[in-house]
Amino acid sequence: MLSSLRTLWYTFLHLFQRNVTVQYPEQMPYLAPRYRGRIVLTRDPDGEERCVSCNLCAVACPADCISLQKSESEGRWYPEFFRINFSRCIFCGFCEEACPTYAIQLTPDFEMSEYVRQNLVYEKEDLLISGTGKYPEYNFYRVSGLAVPGKDKGEAEHERAPIDIRSLLP
Amino acid sequence: MTKFIVDGEEYSAKPDENLLQACLGAGLDLPYFCWHPALGSVGACRQCAVRQYANEEDKTGKLVMACMTPVAEGARFSVADPEAAALRASVIEWLMINHPHDCPVCEEGGECHLQDMTMMTGHTTRRYRFTKRTHRNQDLGPFIKHEMNRCIGCYRCTRFYRDYAGGRDLDVFAAHDHVYFGRHADGTLESEFSGNLVEVCPTGVFTDKTFSAHYARKWDMRGAPSVCTHCGLGCNTTVNERAGKLRRILNRYNGAVNGYFLCDRGRFGYGFVNAPERIRTPRARRADGAQADVNRAEAMARFAALLGAGGRVVGIGSPRASLEANFALRALVGHENFYPGVSTREGALLRLIGEILGAGAVHAPSIRDVERADAALLLGSDLPNAAPRAALALRQAVREAGFAPSAKVEIAPWHDAAVRTYAGDVRNPLFIATPAPTRLDDIALDTLRAAPDDIARLGFAVAACIDPAAPAVAGLPADLAARASAIAQALLGAKRPLVVSGVEAGEESVIQAAANIAAALRGRGKSGALLLNVPECNSLGLALLAPERPGFEAAFAEPPALVIVLENDLFRRAESLALDAALAATRLVVLDHSESPATHRAALVLPAASFAECGGTLVSAEGRAQRFYPPILAQGDVREAWRWLGEAGHAAGRDGCGWDTQDGIVAALASALPCFAAVPRAAPLETFRIAGNRISSEPHRFSGRTAMHAAQNVREPKPPVSADSPFSATMEGYYGKMPPALLPFTWAPGWNSAQAINKFQAEIGGALKGGDPGVRLLEAQAEVALGYYTNIPAPFAPRPGMWRAVMLPRVFGDEEQSARAAPLRERMAPPALVLNEEDAALIGAASGEMLACALGGEILHLALEIQPGLPRGVAGVAGLAASAHALPGWVRITTAGAGVS
Amino acid sequence: MSQSHAIVAGLLNVVLGLAFLMITAALLTWVERRLLGFFQDRPGPNRVGPFGVLQVAADGIKLLFKQDWIPPFADAGVFVLAPAISMITVMLAMAIIPATPLIGIIGDLNVGLLFFLAMSGLSVYSAVLAGWASNNKYSLLGGMRAAAQMVSYEVFMGLSLVGVVMLAGSFNLTDIVRSQRHMWYVVPQFLGFIVFFLGGIAETHRLPFDLPEGESELGAGFHTEYSGMKFGMFFVGEYIGIMLISAMTTVLFLGGWYGPVLPPFMWFGIKTGLLICFFILLRAALPRPRYDQLMALGWKLLLPLTLLNILVTGALMLGLPGPA
Repeated sequence: MLSSLRTLWYTFLHLFQRNVTVQYPEQMPYLAPRYRGRIVLTRDPDGEERCVSCNLCAVACPADCISLQKSESEGRWYPEFFRINFSRCIFCGFCEEACPTYAIQLTPDFEMSEYVRQNLVYEKEDLLISGTGKYPEYNFYRVSGLAVPGKDKGEAEHERAPIDIRSLLP
Repeated sequence: MTKFIVDGEEYSAKPDENLLQACLGAGLDLPYFCWHPALGSVGACRQCAVRQYANEEDKTGKLVMACMTPVAEGARFSVADPEAAALRASVIEWLMINHPHDCPVCEEGGECHLQDMTMMTGHTTRRYRFTKRTHRNQDLGPFIKHEMNRCIGCYRCTRFYRDYAGGRDLDVFAAHDHVYFGRHADGTLESEFSGNLVEVCPTGVFTDKTFSAHYARKWDMRGAPSVCTHCGLGCNTTVNERAGKLRRILNRYNGAVNGYFLCDRGRFGYGFVNAPERIRTPRARRADGAQADVNRAEAMARFAALLGAGGRVVGIGSPRASLEANFALRALVGHENFYPGVSTREGALLRLIGEILGAGAVHAPSIRDVERADAALLLGSDLPNAAPRAALALRQAVREAGFAPSAKVEIAPWHDAAVRTYAGDVRNPLFIATPAPTRLDDIALDTLRAAPDDIARLGFAVAACIDPAAPAVAGLPADLAARASAIAQALLGAKRPLVVSGVEAGEESVIQAAANIAAALRGRGKSGALLLNVPECNSLGLALLAPERPGFEAAFAEPPALVIVLENDLFRRAESLALDAALAATRLVVLDHSESPATHRAALVLPAASFAECGGTLVSAEGRAQRFYPPILAQGDVREAWRWLGEAGHAAGRDGCGWDTQDGIVAALASALPCFAAVPRAAPLETFRIAGNRISSEPHRFSGRTAMHAAQNVREPKPPVSADSPFSATMEGYYGKMPPALLPFTWAPGWNSAQAINKFQAEIGGALKGGDPGVRLLEAQAEVALGYYTNIPAPFAPRPGMWRAVMLPRVFGDEEQSARAAPLRERMAPPALVLNEEDAALIGAASGEMLACALGGEILHLALEIQPGLPRGVAGVAGLAASAHALPGWVRITTAGAGVS
Repeated sequence: MSQSHAIVAGLLNVVLGLAFLMITAALLTWVERRLLGFFQDRPGPNRVGPFGVLQVAADGIKLLFKQDWIPPFADAGVFVLAPAISMITVMLAMAIIPATPLIGIIGDLNVGLLFFLAMSGLSVYSAVLAGWASNNKYSLLGGMRAAAQMVSYEVFMGLSLVGVVMLAGSFNLTDIVRSQRHMWYVVPQFLGFIVFFLGGIAETHRLPFDLPEGESELGAGFHTEYSGMKFGMFFVGEYIGIMLISAMTTVLFLGGWYGPVLPPFMWFGIKTGLLICFFILLRAALPRPRYDQLMALGWKLLLPLTLLNILVTGALMLGLPGPA
């Protein structure tokens, strides 16, 4: 009984406390750089697409809303299409964590409402940005062993020149 | 069975197994690389270390490699031993030192044995901070992609390619950690088994180039158990699909049939399913004579109208269509109007084969049986080109002679390197009698190059040597008689002798001779096996379905009112001029999956499903009925041929077309024809459920469900429910222990690669749990005896100015469907006329020069290929399967400039 | 005054009274949501119109334009009747409230108090019938709870007023207010005041005694199946019910319109308004008791207390010389 009365009193006192509500959109909230909003595809420092269509984002996605198809050009892998169905996306960021090339990144932008649900289906051209996003340095093909234009075998980081298999020297 | 103890638990194994095999068979997880169930152990990778204890008191033990340790009764091991586990982890760390950072861009990623084993040993972080060795890659042709950086040096590729498959052009170069697996120079891998490198390689050094062109991860593809449709052997395959496109073919283990390996025609010949020349909509001929697309209802109305128009309706079946489709056509037109869709010559051979096997007097061997033969005679059949997987089995049969002498010095058969070293060149006898050299000649005890008639005479002579009751061959030259006697002795001396012939021999007499040998062996109390190869996936099924008629040409003897052609390009099977005239005089309905000359002449074209879009049953050369299931769900108007035919029959008011499910038509087939009574047992019914669930056809990690179709419509379509198979269309459903005929893909926890099949085998490298899929229709019965064929041909006599043209099969291009696949086209050599050098000199032509010869009613211009082994008076025709209906036959050959008389 | 003038004036009185009630009830929804917001450190609805006051209009429009749906499995006639009963009974009860001696619809009814109790008793039907007619197990459970709860609390509510009637010697509400000229009955009838107020909360099934609705367990209880304006009528009924109980408490215990300086109707308004705010505070602060706890409170605590109250009041009245 007393506790009920005390509760009433404490609740009453809240009349005189400040509101915590942020009056969006007049007042914009602070969004951290690692906020999980709209998903983008970034480019490597050379301006090439970072996505190598390894499909790891798609398989990590709990909503199964990412779909892509691998294609290849001169040894580099690209997504022939890369589609995110944002009407299913739950912005969990698993795709970003799964991405081995830092291609897929979540950005602090959540203002993407649409009146037509179909418009929430983003294709590669809607997702691809021209910058490197949060990781300005990383270039997957500088680390991996594949030969691509501008980087032959043995020219990646921590690689020796290719073996001459006809040499008898140890 | 031998009992052994691992970590205190008792398990049992077969006595001739090694510990690794036994552990895997017991369901334990033990990492390995260099061992392969079909290749045996070499103990190279040091990955399967376990601790062995001498007895119960021994607490120290010693580290041994499981793959090199025989399982002895009561032996005690520890897999969990910390030191053994640490050794396994460091071994994999060493192997990973040079492994490149490219799993995301590797086709093997997600189904990589190396990834699985790395996870299994718990090596999760690379400590190595120095430089990695690199290699340059080679262009290995249209099938195989090469990325040598990824190599961990397990030697499995060369052991398979050289030791197992007999290839010569893949080898290991350089030394120590520089070893390089490749060819001496860039170039196409010659072996027709190169595709198996994809599955044999534990990592991504050799990957499937055709798959890479439309790549999807293993977990993203729907799978279906299927049967290869590119030759008559009925190898089991797994077919993968994503987004309505066939992505690749994988081997599906069947202990009795193909085991772990496929040939390249079966693996890479799937391109026709995705090809632009697929028929996707029904087409009908308009009043102006041009064909136009029509919808399904209109097509059905037209079909019913054509059927109802009266007159004789003839159905022409197909050796590459399922039993169901052929039976539906037979039911629609009546069995008196049903003709097998093969040339009259081929039909006669098939009918003979059906007669021999159907009599139940000889054992038609499975490929596994072929592997176990200890003496073999290849009579007129170029098996490596006609049925490569059987040739691969024959190679193992020859090699297994080494097991017996090795066993005497206590070398177990799985001890691969030791057996091969100790046994050396000890081989089981293989005799080859063919017109042209074969790729098995290198392991043959004796080879005979002769015209088909002489080959038949040799066969009859062998039979006569084995059993004096068999008809003797008069006037046999002494050397041939001596050879026949040697072959007879070898076959008689063997425990499991094998005779191989087939349609590719071209002459009925050759097949009859082979049958005589089998009968003679049986007469002498030997359990001989007779493999009679057939050219197409359901040739034998069709021969059993329509045993009365050899071919379809007889159908045109009296002009029919309507001809219904089932999945068949008739112009590959008869003279085009005569066929054109016959078809012009009638109306034509063609059901097929791809455009062909026949479809362009049809009044109505109906899109039939290919093997990837419908289920069905095929009868292989050994008489095994096997069910295949579709990975691609119905698209638009493409439907099972039997559904089109059944509905048309229903619409036209014909009786006996009342099936509307796969199970329904199979039941109707089984009750209508006694020889197919066992077909329903080939696979579980549609109503089959496990714990109330259908079998999931997609792996549980299948991705992109809500995005893959979102470009068309953001609302996800409802997954279809099959009325014909117990598979669900999605990842929902059961996956686990299931009937092997329903295995849609192989996966087990921790085992993402194809090696997960270990978990589905009752015995590693043996039968699958639940029995190997398929049901044999033609089992030999003890009480039946086969009579002898007595029609011995006269010796081959060259005719002046003429040549006996025989078909020389080629592995790539001879089969109609796979020849549409672009990667296979790259491997198809241009057609050639093959002569020996003396005959070539007689004509006065040099190698590569264009020659003209009249064949099958038309004049062919073919490049000359000189083949020294060919007998005089015989001309081989290679790469012209469409002319096989006219072979063998006598031809005149001139240089292309000169006229042909 | 002629007969016709009296009728026109009477009708005008009724119409204006009803309009005032409706508008106030609607505004109350906004007041409640704003106040709840403040109690929870947030602004509440503040978007539509000045301070969000037009939220009321927006909600009204929304309710009007919603599909007027009767579930196919419901008993259609009863289903429509139930919300009407809810609104009509509380409005009729409001008719007898004397805001001042001059302001009120029929403030001078000689059995005013009995009429209030009768109307309040009838309102049980709205919840019970709504629950029954919805033909939905949650609604039915809600309706049954409503029946038990409201019938029970009706008893204590009636009994708690016996003391007041004894003191005032009248059922006429104007007389009861007048008899509080010197002392509000909240002082001599403190127990009666407490029981009446609690009973009032239970009668209007407001939080914390909203067991017939119980969103968390019954999914809105007896009005689960209601939408559109029929739901709106339940809503309006509930808010007029709050006003009714607050006004009755003012009239019976807090001296009605009496107060210094300010004009009488303002005093009545202030007292009623503060009670309404207290209703909202209760909603913001207290959790819902379990069903058995509610019934136990009624029968095991409130009933003895009211009986005690009657006994003591009677005894004192007999023993002490009083104004009555």
